[in-house]
Amino acid sequence: MVLAGLGLLFFLLPLAGLIFRAPWDQALAGITAPETATALELSLFCSLAATAVALVLGIPLALVLSRTTGNLRNLLRALTTLPMVLPPVVGGVALLLAFGRHGLVGSLLYQAFGIQIPFTTAAAIMAETFVAMPFLVIAVEGGLRALDPRYEEAARALGARGWMVFARVTLPLLRPAIFSGAVLCWARALGEFGATITFAGNFPGRTQTVPVAVYVALETRPDSAIVLSLILLAVSLAILVGMRDRWLGAP
Amino acid sequence: MARVKVNRAGFALDVQLDVDEGETVAVLGPNGAGKTTLLRALSGLIPVVGRVELAGEVLEDSRLRLRVPTERRQIGLVFQDHVLFPHLTVLDNVAFGLQAQGRRDAKQVARRWLERAGLDDRAGSMPRELSGGQAQRVALLRTLATEPRLLLLDEPLSALDVTIRAEVRRELARQLASFRGVRLLVTHDPVEAIALADRLVVLENGRIVQSGTPEEVTARPRSRFVADLAGVNLLRGKSHGDHVKLANGSSIAAPDAGEGDVFAVIHPRAVALFLTRPEGTPRNVWQGETESIDLHGERVRVRVSGQVPLVAEVTPSAVRELHLAVGAPVWVAVKATEISVYPA
Repeated sequence: MVLAGLGLLFFLLPLAGLIFRAPWDQALAGITAPETATALELSLFCSLAATAVALVLGIPLALVLSRTTGNLRNLLRALTTLPMVLPPVVGGVALLLAFGRHGLVGSLLYQAFGIQIPFTTAAAIMAETFVAMPFLVIAVEGGLRALDPRYEEAARALGARGWMVFARVTLPLLRPAIFSGAVLCWARALGEFGATITFAGNFPGRTQTVPVAVYVALETRPDSAIVLSLILLAVSLAILVGMRDRWLGAP
Repeated sequence: MARVKVNRAGFALDVQLDVDEGETVAVLGPNGAGKTTLLRALSGLIPVVGRVELAGEVLEDSRLRLRVPTERRQIGLVFQDHVLFPHLTVLDNVAFGLQAQGRRDAKQVARRWLERAGLDDRAGSMPRELSGGQAQRVALLRTLATEPRLLLLDEPLSALDVTIRAEVRRELARQLASFRGVRLLVTHDPVEAIALADRLVVLENGRIVQSGTPEEVTARPRSRFVADLAGVNLLRGKSHGDHVKLANGSSIAAPDAGEGDVFAVIHPRAVALFLTRPEGTPRNVWQGETESIDLHGERVRVRVSGQVPLVAEVTPSAVRELHLAVGAPVWVAVKATEISVYPA
């Protein structure tokens, strides 16, 4: 009991600190301050874009994962979930080595098209996708495995070809799994820091998302950092409350 | 129509099956006999070693490495529990197969099917709002609307409440009668099979053990499963002229059936029970022990263990007179002329 209480306290104290130290009188001004608004806007844009990319790439990946078996499946699973356990900074470094100007793919892109990815908004989106997509893949794959295969069999017996089965039966039945996966993915992308600052850097208006802005502001304008943190906290809480049914099994 | 062999971990299915157009064949067998596997194989959902042919067209031939995928077989598959698409309305469910065929009038045609079945008032309902019987009827319409050449029904009634089963069975019989293609029904319920099928095929452990009209099959059971559903005693042994030697060494007197492996069927009403050893004509007399006593309508079925385990059917008053009780000793007598013997 005592240990459980300590554990709870350990979570609550920092949050309490955040709320008590918040410069409430300046909070409104902080939120509407141009640099905050810019960071928030960029964060929303990047995290939503990352979620969209994750949906486009992650659903097919989950399909492949759910239909493979044995060692290949274990390997693919390990690869796709790696970013979940990898320190995000390492992810950022890895992205730099792959897509940087001297990177594996980046050097080719630069030579062929003169395209530079690092330290652009695209890089921020890529960093967030890299870290957040596994959440979507895992959720959708779980949904696929829980899907009664007879729905697809019934559709095929009725004469539906592969694409029609997918679009009219599989995808609609997966909607709850896709939705919760996308929300998780979006929340993770919104809070992404390590990979973003490593791969995309800290350019206000271009790659400075809210978490990056918090980190930078902490040095110079701690009040502003607290306000930004509160915004992220509010978003997390809103997601938690909204997803309560799905996650906690609460009524 | 089909020679189907399927080998899966620990289970082998090997079936040769011919079904004529316009005929309903019921594949009857206990759970685990391979009935569902057979349907899935015919549907193309699992690969087959052998050949599947439908109205002269080869759907699958493992030697030619030919395999028509499920969606192009023009089959209809009805599952035990409807498997309606939960996110589509009743109308959209019925229209699904027609849309898959690229028909523009899919919804109108689907509506006509619903009207004819008296279900048009449920067209806008979601499947979860239907009763079990309605859902299964919609599932049947969804399949029939595609006008399949082969209709496969997998225990279509067994998930339903007993109270509505008869109603859905009548509708199914009506729909089957107006359906022109090949009809194959799989079931473990003899009532379902006899009510709906022209011919029975009994499947056990992945093999066909018997086939014929319901009358033929129940008159001469060739397996314990069929004997049980016909309610008769089935013994197997070697015939030696006027007696049959059973596998456990005991011997029963029976009409002359030549030599060789035979089945011997004894109707429970032909089994007489006595308190003391009976005198007189019956040549088959054993002592046994009462194992169970069950009331079946007006008759009582008494299971007797002993050198030849049998079920006897007697009147309730006989039970009183004989002081029958579970565990009590009892004498069993069967007239040789009451035993029907036929080659195994």
